Amino acid sequence: MKRTKLLLAGTVAALAFANMAHAERGTDGDLKILFWQAVSTLNPYLSGGTKEVYSSSMVIEPLARYDATGALVAWLVTEIPTVANGGVTADMKSITWKLKPGVKWSDGSAFTAEDVVFTWEYCTAPDGGCAQKAQYEGITKVEAVDAQTVKVTFSEPKYYPYSAFVGAQSPILQKAQFKDCVGAKAPGCTAANFGPIGTGPFVVKEFKPNDVITFTANPNFRDAAKPAFASVTLKGGGDAASAARAVLETGEFDYAWNMQVEPEVLATMLKAGKGKIETAFGTQVERIQINWTNPDPKLGDKRSTVEGGKHPALSDPAVRKALSMAIDRDVIDEVGYGEAGKPTCNIVPAPDIYISSTNDWCLKQDIKGANKLLDDAGWKKGSDGIRAKDGVKLSFLYQTSTNSVRQGTQALVKDMWSQIGVASELRNVSASVFFGGDPASPDTFQKFYADVEMYTNNFDGTDPEKYLAEWLCDKIPSPANGWQGQNIPRYCNPAYDKIVNELAKTGDLKKRAELAIKANDMLTAEGAHIPLIHRGQPSAISATLIGVDMNAWDSELWNVADWSRKK
Amino acid sequence: MFTYTIRRLMFAVPTLLVISFVIFALLDLAPNDPLGELPLTIPPEVREQIRAAMGLDQPFLIRYLKWLQQFFVNEPLNIFEQITGLTVGTGERMRVLSWATRSPVVDLIVQRLPQTLWVVGMAYVFGILIAIPVGVISAYRQYSVFDQVGTFITMVGYSVPTFFTGVLLIVIFSSWLQWFPSIYDTNLVVDSWANFVEQMRQMFLPVLVLSLYNASQITRFVRASMLDNLSMDYVRTARAKGVREKTVLLVHVLRNSLIPVVTVIALGVPTIFSGAIITEQIFRVNGLGQLLITAVQGADIPLVQTLTFIFAVLIVLFNLIADVLYGILDPRIRYD
Amino acid sequence: MTDATMTTATIAKVEVETPTKLFWRKFRAHKGGVAGLIVFIAILFVVYVGPFIHTIDPNKIDIRAKNQGPSWNHPFGTDNLGHDMLAQVMAGGQISLAVGMTAMLLALLLGTLVGVMSGYFRRLDGPLMRVTDLFLALPLLPLLLVIIMLFRDTLRAAFGPETGIFILIVFVIGVTSWMHTARIVRGDVLAVKSQEFIVAAKSSGMREYRIVLRHILPNVLSSIMVSATLGIASAIITESALSFLGLGFPSDFPTWGRLLFDGANFLQITPSRVIWPGLAISLTVLSVNYVGDAVRDALDPRTVTH
Repeated sequence: MKRTKLLLAGTVAALAFANMAHAERGTDGDLKILFWQAVSTLNPYLSGGTKEVYSSSMVIEPLARYDATGALVAWLVTEIPTVANGGVTADMKSITWKLKPGVKWSDGSAFTAEDVVFTWEYCTAPDGGCAQKAQYEGITKVEAVDAQTVKVTFSEPKYYPYSAFVGAQSPILQKAQFKDCVGAKAPGCTAANFGPIGTGPFVVKEFKPNDVITFTANPNFRDAAKPAFASVTLKGGGDAASAARAVLETGEFDYAWNMQVEPEVLATMLKAGKGKIETAFGTQVERIQINWTNPDPKLGDKRSTVEGGKHPALSDPAVRKALSMAIDRDVIDEVGYGEAGKPTCNIVPAPDIYISSTNDWCLKQDIKGANKLLDDAGWKKGSDGIRAKDGVKLSFLYQTSTNSVRQGTQALVKDMWSQIGVASELRNVSASVFFGGDPASPDTFQKFYADVEMYTNNFDGTDPEKYLAEWLCDKIPSPANGWQGQNIPRYCNPAYDKIVNELAKTGDLKKRAELAIKANDMLTAEGAHIPLIHRGQPSAISATLIGVDMNAWDSELWNVADWSRKK
Repeated sequence: MFTYTIRRLMFAVPTLLVISFVIFALLDLAPNDPLGELPLTIPPEVREQIRAAMGLDQPFLIRYLKWLQQFFVNEPLNIFEQITGLTVGTGERMRVLSWATRSPVVDLIVQRLPQTLWVVGMAYVFGILIAIPVGVISAYRQYSVFDQVGTFITMVGYSVPTFFTGVLLIVIFSSWLQWFPSIYDTNLVVDSWANFVEQMRQMFLPVLVLSLYNASQITRFVRASMLDNLSMDYVRTARAKGVREKTVLLVHVLRNSLIPVVTVIALGVPTIFSGAIITEQIFRVNGLGQLLITAVQGADIPLVQTLTFIFAVLIVLFNLIADVLYGILDPRIRYD
Repeated sequence: MTDATMTTATIAKVEVETPTKLFWRKFRAHKGGVAGLIVFIAILFVVYVGPFIHTIDPNKIDIRAKNQGPSWNHPFGTDNLGHDMLAQVMAGGQISLAVGMTAMLLALLLGTLVGVMSGYFRRLDGPLMRVTDLFLALPLLPLLLVIIMLFRDTLRAAFGPETGIFILIVFVIGVTSWMHTARIVRGDVLAVKSQEFIVAAKSSGMREYRIVLRHILPNVLSSIMVSATLGIASAIITESALSFLGLGFPSDFPTWGRLLFDGANFLQITPSRVIWPGLAISLTVLSVNYVGDAVRDALDPRTVTH
């Protein structure tokens, strides 16, 4: 009874002050966030991991960032520079940012163009090992025209100039704090790396690496009414399922990031009614890469290289297509991803203007069609039920990283492929080895000493140009480049190279979208890979937390200043 | 015994040096990579530069010698400076830096020690305190109900892994009954009765899981060893002489039964330092075990090397202590 | 055996009974041991013969029948991919039991060898114990990564993927878990060595290896037996740890440890996923423990009857 009254009173109050619901800073107590992969530093330039980028985004901010729809929003600047408003020169070789007046660092000093210039110097200094250097690629000069104006000059026309100082990967550091930490001295500045001074809604109070971070509200934040929370506790460690449990079942935490948990397990937890799962879809696609070269161990050093020759079975387009046709993506989605995934046939699954439907034939499983395709191509079933042609068996080594959802998918795909007479041997490799790229290890995804392999990749921001360039002929990994290429399937098609080169020289957004779709369709149609699932980023959110706007294009905590507690 | 101890201690130095070299070589050879956890969107050429900034482009031997210097010279000097307030030389020297956090490894370890000692250390102490009486009674009343039940519980306790018991306890006590928190708060400062109660509450589940596991193992050895000794001639002699049963059991038999128990405990104490990896993960205690496993998975070689080396020092030390204790427990054991 | 009994001089009937018969008679007298043996044989029977009766392929996926409770078709229910749990538990048992037993035996053999050698021969004590220290200090995970990187492909080529990984895992677990046994056995040997009957045997001119086999080993047997029973449990669990780190068997070869690990999150949905593999591990360890107790009693010259 009493509670109902209180609730009523609360509702009335909320109605009365609808526009100033959280008119005061720091009135909502402590916000508790859980990152099961613990945060190791708060300087995203030194780490580059998603967890570091996200957690630091509460403190340090970029000039502009992406909102939940993927649109650019002016953050610390007055507007997004474009050719139309004169912010970008017509030759696309420079961009000028105008800083918002009156923005202050959390220590009270003024935020100026010098800080922006310094951030560029910091990340591009030699021996610094800056993890976000790619964001500053092609920049020849960053200069402070005056205290409120920054001009960035590119060496060549840059048709998509919103990379430096845009998005959570490229926030502005305070010059006063980091000026003695440039280059080789960067790692030594522990205090600064663990407690960067920022312009964001929160200030680091204490940082325990790989364990817990405590933040308090920034007294100098530009919006006097925000943030609603007085402090934030960001705890790390454990696994995804128990993190989900802490929000959804025990209610100990308000928000948990990256809930890669089997859908039915989440569904059981959701029954407790203490929270919900929200998913943001970015550009992540879980795919099976197909090895176009021969991974036979007998080839020695030439294994999985262009010199080693074509793959005996997978070089046949019919086999590649049949493998894709045999897969029931709906089942994989239902078992492993649930709300956090959608079946897809594209490698560029978003934003909307880049989505293609040309290859949507793959969305429907077609065992009969696949069998026919293989029969017609001369792959005949042997006594063991496995197809073969000229002594080459359709038996593949299928590797991926260790992760219960991936092992589930492996089992399902193996079962589906067995229905078209294709055998597979499963292997899973510890993620730190698989993605580690150690040239001495045979198990890295770049070496690809297997016939097919499965993992997720995506692109930063909303522009796929750099991403599509990964399938260029000269990006093929080989011993010569220390296996450091990104063209994992060893796909090479001059026609494809031409499309991507044209994309790099095109400024018109509509034209760019057309070219990107053409490139995307070509990759799937030719069977460079088998796209499976367009993966979202699911997070668990407490029922008492409001204001969360899930964002896959920037940090999930991008609008943490607007979060508040349900009264 | 004294000269033996001194000789062993002297011999420990080259042993530890060899161990440190083997560990370093092993870590270097391992195929996991510090860049494995970075998003794939970071291009190869940037990865190369990050690697260089970590010093990974230098030859193996140089990196090993650097670590030796940082660990054996720079870190002790640093501790010396902190204690005395004096400055040796310029006071500027390279400390052992973790690759993942880019902060001094020793600071990380110091930060993690309290919760590990609280949880893992306490669990070990409880384990021993439970194991010895249970083992003694089980052996003395062999095949009694107490022994049968004790055997059953200890074997189940040892054979059901902590990754399962941990989840089970969380589901029962945190989700369902809501008696204990499922997440350990490392920021909790014990300065009042209420905080102390809170600390006890959050320690309860992880300590329970670990104590059961430790007690199970030690009980088995106490029981077996007691059984061996109970059938010895000297026990019969003592009883025949009219020595009180309690004295026979607790003074003569227990003392002689302690050799394998001392060995097991001496092997177990250093593992307190390496933490309880799975239990720490499940309850998010974030002690040394969690530090070690994240470091191993992230191939953070300086951190793994330092942690493992300190672990090695403890192993060598406690095995020496065990050897000395053998001589005290059984004066007939001589090493010289 | 006879020498040992001579020195303790408690049994007179030894001459008429062969050691095997004596062992068997004493073993049967141990009720727990007999029960343990029966349970263990039953487990072996279910695991190896069961698949011929319950003929569902453990890797058969039936997505429509996922997360089911126990039923006539699936007595243990199904998992989230629609695998039949009974078939999985039986298939997993074949691997887990084989890995647990072989790895334990390897560790026991190595541990006992090193322990006895260093406890008995003073000259070997220093070097062998320092090697033990080294192995104790080695970080397990990087060691595994290195061993697997170096040997997996060779073994896979020589023995095929399944046997190759089996040999590798048994070797890895055996090689990284003998140190406790070695330290414990050594401690016991040190204590036994200084007792009168050993001194007596030595002065009577008995060969060293005979002293070790006849006098030392029987007297340190109880610790070895405890190590053995605990060793099986830890080998089965270590195997599961390897699996979920991506270092064990391929994911389509179920093992008890991994079934338990994968099932832990499904505790509230399908409890049978964790109950059965957990029970199987515990029962195996318990039964081996009782058998071990009985073997120890039967081999111990001092225990006549209870």
